[in-house]
Order: sequence, then C-alpha cells, then structure tokens
Amino acid sequence: MEALQLFLDNFADWDSFVRIWPLLWQGLQLTVLLAVVTLPIAAAVGLLIAVLYSFHNKALNVALLVWIDLFRSFPVLVLLILIFYGLPFLGLKLPSFAACVLALTLNNSGYYGEIFRAGIESIPPGQREAARALGLHPLQIIFLVILPQAIARVLAPLASNSLELVKTTSIAALVALPELLRSARVAQEQTYNPTPLTAAAIIFFVLLWPFARWVAKLERNMIMRQK
Amino acid sequence: MNPLLDNFFNGQILAQYAPSILGGFWLTVEVALLTILVGVGAGLGLAIVRAMRIRAADIAITVFVDIFRTLPQLVVIIFIYFGLPYADIQLSPFAATVIALGAVLAAFATEIFWAAIQAVPQGQWDAARSLGLGFFRILFLVILPQAIRIAVPLLTNRAIAITKGTALGTAVSLPELLGRAQSAMAIAANPSPLTLAAALYLLFFLPLVVASRWLEGLGPRGR
Repeated sequence: MEALQLFLDNFADWDSFVRIWPLLWQGLQLTVLLAVVTLPIAAAVGLLIAVLYSFHNKALNVALLVWIDLFRSFPVLVLLILIFYGLPFLGLKLPSFAACVLALTLNNSGYYGEIFRAGIESIPPGQREAARALGLHPLQIIFLVILPQAIARVLAPLASNSLELVKTTSIAALVALPELLRSARVAQEQTYNPTPLTAAAIIFFVLLWPFARWVAKLERNMIMRQK
Repeated sequence: MNPLLDNFFNGQILAQYAPSILGGFWLTVEVALLTILVGVGAGLGLAIVRAMRIRAADIAITVFVDIFRTLPQLVVIIFIYFGLPYADIQLSPFAATVIALGAVLAAFATEIFWAAIQAVPQGQWDAARSLGLGFFRILFLVILPQAIRIAVPLLTNRAIAITKGTALGTAVSLPELLGRAQSAMAIAANPSPLTLAAALYLLFFLPLVVASRWLEGLGPRGR
C-alpha cells in the first residue's frame, strides 16, 4: 500500500498535473498542428511519386525508386538533424516547425510512395486497357479507375504509416519545438517528478489508441487473407 | 572555396572525427541487432503464450501490445530513462534504448506472429491432432513453420522501421552514430561529421530496405 502511494505520488501526482496542464495543453496543440500539416503534404508527395511511376518511363522510374529507398533508409531523426543543424551552414536556416515538416515529409514521401506504388502496380493491366478502350484520358484512368482500387488494397499499410507519422512528430522535441513530449520534459524539470511524462504518455495513448486498434485490425485482416 | 564541399565534405575534419564516428556506428549496429533479437524473440514467445489461450495471459499480453504499439518510440525511451529513476530503476542509455525499442518491436511482432498463427487453416491442427501429436509438437512442428513464413515480410518491414529508431538513443545521450556525429559537429563547427553519419546509416539500412522489397515480392501477397 505504501509502495503504491509512493508510486502514485511520484508518477501521478494530481497537484503537479494541475500545475503543468497549461504547458501540456499548448504542447498538445502543437503536436496536433504538426501532424495535421505534415500528413496531407507527405501523402500527396507519396501519391505523386507513385502516379509518376505508373507511367513506366524507365529513367524516371529508376530515379523514383532511388528517392523512395533513400528516404526509407534514413532514420527520420538523422534527416531532421541534417536539415535543422546542417543546412544553416549553407545559409538556409529553417525554424524548427518547418524543419520538422520537411524532414517528416521527405521521410514519409518514401513510405507513402512505396505503398501507393505497390497498390497501383498490383492492379491488373486489363483495367488500364479497358479504361483506355473507353476513351478515358490517362489522368482519368489513374485517378478514377486505378487509384480507388489500389487504395482499397493498401489501406492497411496506408493507415499504419499514417499512425507512425503522427507518432514520429514527437522527434520535434529534439530540435526544441515545444510539442507535447518537449513540454512534458520542460514541465518535469519544474516539478521534479515524472508526473508530466506520465501525463504526456497517457495523452498520446488516449488519442492514438483507437486508431492503433483500427490499424491492427486492418493488418490482421490482411494477414488472414493470405490463408 | 566551395561552401558545400567545405562544409559537408571537409576531408580534414572527416579524417579527424572518422574513428569516433565509426565507434558510434558499431554501437548503432549493436543496439540494432540486440533490439531485433529482444523484440522478435519476445514477440514470438508472447504469440506462443497467446496460442495456449490462457485468459489472464491473454489480457496481460493485449495490454502490453496495445501500450507499446500505440506510444511513440521516443516517448517510451524518454519515460524509461528519465521517468523510471524515480521508481529507483536507473538504466544506462544503452539498456534504456534497447529495452524501449525491444518492447515496441515485441508488441508489433506479437501481433504479426499471432495473426500468422491464426492464418494457418484449422484443418492443420485437426490433421496433426488426429495423428496423435500433442499441443506443443503441433505448434512447433506443424503450425509455426507455416506461420513464420506468412509473418516474415511484415515482420521484416517492421523490424527495419523500428531499428532505425536507434538514432533516438541520442535523446538519452547514447553515444551512437548520430550522437557522435552531432557532438563532433558541435566541436568542429562544421557539419561534415553529419554527412559521414548519414552515409553510414545508408550503408547499413539501404541493403535492408532493398532486401525487404524483394522479400515482399516473394510473399503470398495480393492475387
């Protein structure tokens, strides 16, 4: 009982929580903003890569694959550090928010690009031929015929990657952007106990858990379909 | 002087800091391999426990999986390193990083293995049982060999993605590749060490990423 009380006092101290809540709330807003700004941009760039790939121009496709694999290979934090601390040496100083958006976008353009590409390439060529025979414009073919089917096929990795992107916004803490995790660390130095960290972890969990469950279900279905 | 060459490919600075950065590279490789060992090993173990269908264990495993699949890796690392000392658990940066990344990978691996075990048709269990095999022999000799084959492509992708999180160790001052490069950059006031680190990360991860695409192509995916 005493141990539990000690644990609660340290890790879930209500007074500390009330005191640091304004800081966490600001951090949470920044986390949401970062995710909401980055996710559509990264997905759009990934989609663009995949659509360009679908035209099957040899030289272009080699370049696109290099782009995809390059950015899938870099840990996103390495990209962020290069952009935030490296680029200023070339006279290009980005604010931490922009640096995070850029790093997350480059990294995820590779992931989204590969996912959309795999989806598009899995659609049988007959679909494209049939659409062409109907006289559809190449852009109509890709956006109206191919993509709806492709996206349905890769919904699981698409959702999973989007969740990972939102989770990864927390690396912004390492370039001093006061998002949720960073705010919690700052607050922790004021309260001298880990309650702010517990609170941040709980906030992340509560916000992301329904989405994580949904992603898990999609992934499980994908595996089960391989029977 | 070309500012790009001078700043990002400065030979003199590269030569000076290469030994330290290479040391960081080996630490990164070590953390990565240990993470995979811990994560995949624990994930397989937990999936096997789930296959035994013990109610209390199922609940505990589900809670573990949900927590570590949902929380950002960096939050887990920071919590373990900066939070746990208040509960008198003081871990080294190395242990904190491996345990955090290992737990996250274990959560994903459990899910993947468990789904793969369930994806093996029920008829396989029935047939093996009618041959007189017991639960564990069925699981290890009949079900798992098929399940692991189903799990490999997804697991490889996940393992690579999480292993890249070794760079997050810098946040708890683990002197791995990125950490070494960053301190070298600060001392030399030149980002060339960062270029070297980036190249080494590519050297390590690019073959894995290319191999995983190839593996996926082999998998029983799509129609």
